[in-house]
Amino acid sequence: MKRVVSSIVFFASIVLVWYGLVRLGIWSSVLLPSPVSVGEYLYHETIDGVLPGAMWVTFRRLMVGYFIGLALGLPLGFLSAFFRVFQDTVGLIALGFQTLPSVCWIPLALLWFGQTESAMLFVVIMGSLGSVIIATETGVKNLPPIYVRAARTMGSKGIHTLLTVVLPASLPYLVSGMKQGWAFAWRSLMAAEIYVTILTGFGLGQLLHYGRELHAMEQVIGVMLVIVLLGLLVDKVLFSPWERSLHRRWGKAQ
Amino acid sequence: MTTSLQEELRNLPPQKLEVEGISKTFRTKRNRSVVRALEDVTVRVNEGEYVCLVGRSGCGKTTLLNLIAGLDRPDSGRILVEGTPIKGPGRDRMVMFQETALFPWLDVTGNVLYGLKLKPNLTPKDRREVARFYIEMVGLDEFEHASIHELSGGMQQRVALARALAPNPRILLMDEPFGALDALTREQLYGDIQEIWLKRRKTIVFVTHNVREAVCLGDRVLLFAPNPGHLVGEFKIDLPRPRDINSVELAEYSSTITRALKGYDPKEEVAE
Ligand SMILES: Nc1ncnc2c1ncn2[C@@H]1O[C@H](COP(=O)(O)OP(=O)(O)OP(=O)(O)O)[C@@H](O)[C@H]1O
Ligand SMILES: [Mg+2]
Repeated sequence: MKRVVSSIVFFASIVLVWYGLVRLGIWSSVLLPSPVSVGEYLYHETIDGVLPGAMWVTFRRLMVGYFIGLALGLPLGFLSAFFRVFQDTVGLIALGFQTLPSVCWIPLALLWFGQTESAMLFVVIMGSLGSVIIATETGVKNLPPIYVRAARTMGSKGIHTLLTVVLPASLPYLVSGMKQGWAFAWRSLMAAEIYVTILTGFGLGQLLHYGRELHAMEQVIGVMLVIVLLGLLVDKVLFSPWERSLHRRWGKAQ
Repeated sequence: MTTSLQEELRNLPPQKLEVEGISKTFRTKRNRSVVRALEDVTVRVNEGEYVCLVGRSGCGKTTLLNLIAGLDRPDSGRILVEGTPIKGPGRDRMVMFQETALFPWLDVTGNVLYGLKLKPNLTPKDRREVARFYIEMVGLDEFEHASIHELSGGMQQRVALARALAPNPRILLMDEPFGALDALTREQLYGDIQEIWLKRRKTIVFVTHNVREAVCLGDRVLLFAPNPGHLVGEFKIDLPRPRDINSVELAEYSSTITRALKGYDPKEEVAE
């Protein structure tokens, strides 16, 4: 409860300071709109359905891309944890991908796919794939060997061991990898939406882009707020509780 | 063909274990030097006998258990169960490991069921019954559905014991199962394990650092020394059961053995 109060007080005072600065009129209101006009923007665009629409478009792209990334990344991660050949090939590429900022995929995506949804998906997949592979590989490699040995004494082997021991034992790492993959997918998609202006759907990134084109600062700040809130929401509601309960159960105190 | 529940719950007779001239070396990861973990070790354990291995850290006790369990292969020598050489792990030999090897993603019942599920010819309902039978035997009936992390160290070792007993092995390999527990919990477990062993007679190979523990539990105590790991002596413990860890006779035995152990290795540090 105390933590909620301190958060509220903190953010309320930020808004107050912001409001005070606007009232002082040091900067032009084109550069620093008042919190009230940002609030009005958010309110009206929500009522009009523009913001929810953009959120839905973004969310759909994110989900599709992210799940394709997971579907490719988890098996590849397992393969490179188990087989030297994969570690020295796929694993290495994944490491390279992970260090490559996702915006760097955009020129290539545009040349290959043009201004299409596919370009968008491509960027999201490439942006998240590397970190999912690496996290999976690390997780599986760091498994205490004792679990597999114990399973073997009880008669488990091969695919049975993989499914009943390796997979559940590495779950905490897999979830961290999924969380990281999600963060990268989210970043990649925003970059893609800002640079790839297509007509098959307006996402949050595109709203941000047009806010800049139109010099609509309240739109820019409003959309940024929405993006931050969505990111926080997914982390706090989805990943953090899951991660915490896994870590507690698996006995890795945080 | 399914095995009936009654048949499954009947204790299978223990079997004879023979370790013949086993040697095992390891290469260290760092400088590829050779560690002679075991050299020419021969041990015979009769059916239903409780044998304790004592020796300082690094003398190859865990290595020997792993070899008997079939998890590793010896460089030379062979291991026979009831006269038949072992080929890899088998349900006839179950292990309680030095570290906690319980699966944290399963609850107590899930852990005990794991090995049972791999046993053919049992119905799912009978497997549950069997699991409950052993969980009750180790005194955890109220914790059937508890998560592993909710249990104390002593309770976790009880689960590990139930899990090892559940597939009805002939031989039980226990690697310092009580090493991480406090003295009081341990004393309680000494009583319980003797009681269980009287009910479910297994051939047991039990590793410990603690001479007193070995004397309390074993029919025989085998002494190991390191570099290379080898057998240096053995003591037969002629004390009636159940034994009390704090009894005077037991203390006499253990001081004799501790002295002998120190004689083999001046650096020996063992808890008496
Ligand atoms: N997988 C391995 N790779 C390299 N060396 C090993 C390996 N396993 C064991 N050793 C070495 O073999 C020797 C015997 O090890 P082992 O674990 O059997 O000893 P231990 O008697 O069980 O000791 P402790 O009482 O500490 O458990 C040690 O020197 C150890 O470093
Ligand atoms: Mg050991």
